[in-house]
Amino acid sequence: METQLSIRDLTVDFDQGRQFVRALHGVSLDVAVGETIGVVGESGCGKSITWLAALGLLGKRATLSGSVKLAGTELIGASEKQLSSLRGGKIAMIFQDPSSSLNPVHRIGHQLGESLRLHRGMTGEQASAETMRLLDRVGIANARQRLNEYPHEMSGGMNQRIMIAMALAGEPDILIADEPTTALDATIQAQILDLLRELSSENGMALVLISHDLGVVADMAERVAVMYCGRVIETASTDAIFDNPTHPYTRGLIAALPDLEGPKRRLASIPGTVPPPDQLPPGCSFAPRCTHATPLCDVALPALLPVGPDAGHSVACIHSGPMRVEKSKAPARQSVTAELEPA
Amino acid sequence: MLRYALLRIARALVTVSLIVSIAFVILRLSGDPAIIILGPEAPPEAFKAFRHAWGLDQPIWVQYLKYFNAIFHGDLGNSMRDGRSALQVVGERIPLTLAITIPALFLKVLIGLPAGVYAALHRNTAIDRLIMTLSVFGFTVPSFVLGLVLAMIFAVKLGWLPSGGSDTWLHAVLPIFTMGMIGAAVIARFTRSAMLEVLGQPYIRTASAKGLVWRDVVVAHALPNAAIPTLTIVGFMVGSLVAGAVVVESVFSWPGVGRLLVTAVANRDLAVVQVILLFVGFTMVLANLIVDLLYGWVDPRLRTKRLQAGT
Repeated sequence: METQLSIRDLTVDFDQGRQFVRALHGVSLDVAVGETIGVVGESGCGKSITWLAALGLLGKRATLSGSVKLAGTELIGASEKQLSSLRGGKIAMIFQDPSSSLNPVHRIGHQLGESLRLHRGMTGEQASAETMRLLDRVGIANARQRLNEYPHEMSGGMNQRIMIAMALAGEPDILIADEPTTALDATIQAQILDLLRELSSENGMALVLISHDLGVVADMAERVAVMYCGRVIETASTDAIFDNPTHPYTRGLIAALPDLEGPKRRLASIPGTVPPPDQLPPGCSFAPRCTHATPLCDVALPALLPVGPDAGHSVACIHSGPMRVEKSKAPARQSVTAELEPA
Repeated sequence: MLRYALLRIARALVTVSLIVSIAFVILRLSGDPAIIILGPEAPPEAFKAFRHAWGLDQPIWVQYLKYFNAIFHGDLGNSMRDGRSALQVVGERIPLTLAITIPALFLKVLIGLPAGVYAALHRNTAIDRLIMTLSVFGFTVPSFVLGLVLAMIFAVKLGWLPSGGSDTWLHAVLPIFTMGMIGAAVIARFTRSAMLEVLGQPYIRTASAKGLVWRDVVVAHALPNAAIPTLTIVGFMVGSLVAGAVVVESVFSWPGVGRLLVTAVANRDLAVVQVILLFVGFTMVLANLIVDLLYGWVDPRLRTKRLQAGT
């Protein structure tokens, strides 16, 4: 499949005044044309930061390295002007809290019109006709009247539909949905997800669904990337992830999901908490919480390597196959890793 | 919007009548003007005649009703000092005060707003720290100290500007500058924190994500939202145009309302103090009303939300 967006070794460091804290430790991910990929992980694992970094939305306090290529165009280090012409155009993003993601002092019609003017050069009658078509498409009744309303006059679900309409205004090739349903009621959640699914298949638009909810991702995505502490630790097709989870963290996440059938059981939880980004252990960052951890795990940084029978299934765990220690990423522990290398 | 406006106006009228009543009570509590004006040594007949002439011998509620009635008819009494209409005595000082407070207000806004916005957009840089240090300075140094320091530098040492009086426009420069600097510091600080708050909002990220360049994000999305809290402080400054210069007028011997207030209080010239109080109260209420109406105009949430809460 043709690659729409390709992220390679993306790192993000935040300037905390006295020190730099690394939030992303070399993330690599590909999004194919028209594909829906789910990115899951706990809050703080870097799943949102990856995509905010890709779009250059992290501000001046973040230092980026690595590469993000959107249909061949490099985004890391691109000029503000170049980035802003791509943002909302080829690549659009919607956010977690729709009600505060819309500007409270501007009318809906104005906010939508802005995107149309920026990316499709539409103004006046043409823009308002297109705005109404978009509102209609995302399932908002009374589009003409809604144009003149303000975000606070609508529900969260409607605001998320408006955010989606705004994202569609630029006719993007790829839509990044950052926890699009977290702030919404369960019934509205399902409607919004259905809408996203419809729109992505209708427009051949790739969809990146960022979520902490494995259920949502299982339902929507063709492929899943699991993130932990600023790294992708497992990636596979959705079926493979659920049928054959390999990383102990992924297995823990799946064990924590309630069963719909069968006898009641106590839900399994993963012991411990996520370490803060400035206090990561030297080896595998999941090692302190992992029931399978060995002394090796505390010192050796596992690389994301292919595993199992399914194509595209990769995992970053030294226990998932023969010695899988990453050499280049841990220069301080070179001597350790050298010893560990298979002869 | 009409209902919102009417509600604000009704509230303002209630406030004005409260101010009128409180002015009456406070002034009656502040001592017997007969003794102060005639002196404690004056014969009892003189006291009696004075009190009769000013209606001070009538029961307090009669005085109150008469006072309220008189105000409704635009009669605010005569100065107990020179017998002229108190309104006239105060009225002739107002243009002088406005001659320094209005230019000072422009100075405050023209310096304070851009400085605050700039500092917020360049947070934690050297220039932000410089602006905020100057702002703290303007916040903490009392206006009479700044006034005296400026007078010492520009009048005494350099001899460029006069240190007091009101003969030429040059005399207005130091008072305007003193008030302007202090007000600009206050506005800069308010504007900066309002901007920082707004810049951290998710809708700013949305505006960037939809492809606006940063300048347009700031102008079209951040500034209108940051204007809401900034309006409050600027409105307060507009409200104190008439009487906000008491200290500065005294420092620079500027014969405006502020200095009149100081002498009228010292002399227990009740009618004049009363007129000034009412003027101050009225301009404050008017400024607040304008700010409220502007809020409704700038922030669509208030137009609907406050009304629902208010009814």
